[in-house]
Amino acid sequence: MIHHPKSSTDHEWNVAIESWEPSNSHLDNEKLNRPSLSYWQDAWFRLQKNRRALSSLYIILVLLIFTLLGPFVWHQDPYLQDLDMISRGPMFGTSALIVEDPGGWQPPRAQLQDNQSLTTPLGATETLSLPQTANTQYVRLQWESVPTADAYLIYRNNHAPADQYDLGLPLSRITDPTVVGFQDRLQIQPQTYWYTVIAQRNEVESSQLRTIRVEPVRAITLNEAKLRGYEVALDEEIKLPAHPFGTDYLGRDVLARIMNGAQISMFIGVIAPLLFVLIGTLYGGIAGFLGGNIDSVMMRIADFIIALPFLLFMILFRIAFGIGPGESGILPILFALVILRWPDTARLVRGQILQIREEPYVQAARLLGAKNYYIILRHLLPNTLGAILVTLTFAIPMAIFTEAFLSFIGMGVAPGVPSWGSMSNEGIKTMLSSPHELFVPAIFISLTVLAFNMLGDGLRDSLDSRMRSRE
Amino acid sequence: MLSYILKRLLLGLLTIWFIATATFFMMHAVPGDPLSGEKAMSEVIRANLMQQYGLDKPLLTQYLIYMSNMLKGDFGISFSEENRSVNDIIREHFPVSAALGLVSLAFATMGGVLFGSFTALCRNRWPDTLIMFLVILAISVPSFVIAAFSQLGILNLNSWAGTTILPVAGLNSWHSMLIPGLVLGLSTMAYMTRLMRSSMLEVAYTDYIRSAKAKGLSPARIFFKHQLRNAILPIITVLGPAIAIITTGGFVVESVFAIPGLGRYFVQAVAQLDYTVIMGTTVFFGSFLVMMVILVDVLYGLVDPRIRVGKA
Repeated sequence: MIHHPKSSTDHEWNVAIESWEPSNSHLDNEKLNRPSLSYWQDAWFRLQKNRRALSSLYIILVLLIFTLLGPFVWHQDPYLQDLDMISRGPMFGTSALIVEDPGGWQPPRAQLQDNQSLTTPLGATETLSLPQTANTQYVRLQWESVPTADAYLIYRNNHAPADQYDLGLPLSRITDPTVVGFQDRLQIQPQTYWYTVIAQRNEVESSQLRTIRVEPVRAITLNEAKLRGYEVALDEEIKLPAHPFGTDYLGRDVLARIMNGAQISMFIGVIAPLLFVLIGTLYGGIAGFLGGNIDSVMMRIADFIIALPFLLFMILFRIAFGIGPGESGILPILFALVILRWPDTARLVRGQILQIREEPYVQAARLLGAKNYYIILRHLLPNTLGAILVTLTFAIPMAIFTEAFLSFIGMGVAPGVPSWGSMSNEGIKTMLSSPHELFVPAIFISLTVLAFNMLGDGLRDSLDSRMRSRE
Repeated sequence: MLSYILKRLLLGLLTIWFIATATFFMMHAVPGDPLSGEKAMSEVIRANLMQQYGLDKPLLTQYLIYMSNMLKGDFGISFSEENRSVNDIIREHFPVSAALGLVSLAFATMGGVLFGSFTALCRNRWPDTLIMFLVILAISVPSFVIAAFSQLGILNLNSWAGTTILPVAGLNSWHSMLIPGLVLGLSTMAYMTRLMRSSMLEVAYTDYIRSAKAKGLSPARIFFKHQLRNAILPIITVLGPAIAIITTGGFVVESVFAIPGLGRYFVQAVAQLDYTVIMGTTVFFGSFLVMMVILVDVLYGLVDPRIRVGKA
């Protein structure tokens, strides 16, 4: 504060000297008007400002809830096979007709007329009809017998035939001319089909044919419905369970399998990194803190471990656990990950500890007589925790990938047991005909890994003090 | 410098010895042996075969025999492949894996440096956002999915063009390596892009860049002579681990694209408990990786004179 000397000037100011007061403003100059934030408060504050990181945090939370609570809400059995529902896309609230079991069906027969000339050209059947409603369990055809025909050919096509060479799938050749009906049970889907019947004489086909357009309705047999616990009678309609993600190649509900598989993926993905990051932190921390020869020996051992082939040791653990080929092996994956993957974290933590150990504030603390445990708890640990947390978030996608990869090559879970990797493996075979079987698990793997990666990025940005000064 | 290299080589040899020993004993701890296959054989034949291969001797003797053979460069004979020594298998299939690894490493490094410096140049503008999103996508999608989709893509490309522009699978010419190499190198490329971007940004704030600007150098000269050359150093550091990831991670790509590399052999051998092939490939891969890491470290010291190699 500048002090003006009171001068005796030419003109007097009409201000009473009493109204003057010493200014106190200088006292506030050095006052901090921002609340002081601890390291973690600041990190959390910065993370909240990072929209990508925050939304990935929400995605992870949603995925966790989905995994843990999903099976309580979604009651379908992930192992229940439904051969009527193979590789269907997503479907909601479809209903199905209850029909009789097609097993005991007898084709209709017709009397042959003898007095026909074999020289007349073979015609087409007069009528081609459906004696019962066509459904996905069976399509029954009936036709008028063609004079002098000794066999009938039945074709099914998924578009209207353009000519007699475009009849589609040959279903059957009936060599008994008295039989004038046919039951198709070959993987009928609820779509439009064109059935064609051609008469044959002496293995020569008629030039004329008769085609019928058929739209089968979705149906299940009475026996099947009873097996699944429906109390219904013939010709009733029932609501089928919804499959929001469709069904797989054995008719199992993909959503239920995703939820079930998520537990395996999440178990490996979360438990294994937690364990090996913990082990690596302890190991690297001890090595870095002790330093010297102990440090070099410990880090050399870590270098040895990291050079071991992962796949081989995974399989060795499998066998050591008494798990044969084709059986589920989640624990061996966990063991292999924990035993072989900790040196990365150990190296990182050791480097950090070595660096922080030489920081002036640690030396100051030591100079003031701080004990080792105080320095570890108060200085070393909090300052490495950020890096450890970041490592953890990047280790989780790695572990999820490892499980998926191992299940993909058939060394993870047993066939039939759902895991995201094994589901992708099964889905990849039918990628073109029913893409949802690959897409759904692949999207879940990608989304989880993406979320953890983005969260890791966000954490690194908010925890790394060097990045902070830059913006 | 020389003593540093010697020290590293010695430690490398020690590492290789450790890998060989650990693998040997772990492998023999597994119940069963290569002769317990699906074919039934009489006890006498079995005993004779065991004697022939030296499997009846105490484990330690077997270990010593194996080690002395290995030192002579002889990895033994495969148990499951007819008339093939492990040396033959490695000689035949490693070049394929190495070529694939080289192609993918080239893709990864070139792509990483290119995209990384490009995104750093247009930081926080749309090309940066787009590329960084693609990068994170490439890290997040499993390689088997990418492999399957790229195959589908080639298929569609070929049927659209009417000829075989690129083969869908198999190993016929160098063309066959392109797409598998790209798929294999994709995640490494993504990782390198991120590394390069942050390194470029870090260098952009250094004093020497400011001095270069202050003395009026052209932006191109600053970019190529000062920024890029300094920012590329972290890429060289991760080259060693990248080689490891690419050569060992090749199994999926090799199996999806039906490329007869060593990775496929290794997994087959593990499933059949083919002792000699497992040992041979493990020791071979292990030594290869150890040597690559040493090479990269030494190279790093040569490229960046600031790093005092002696004090590692």
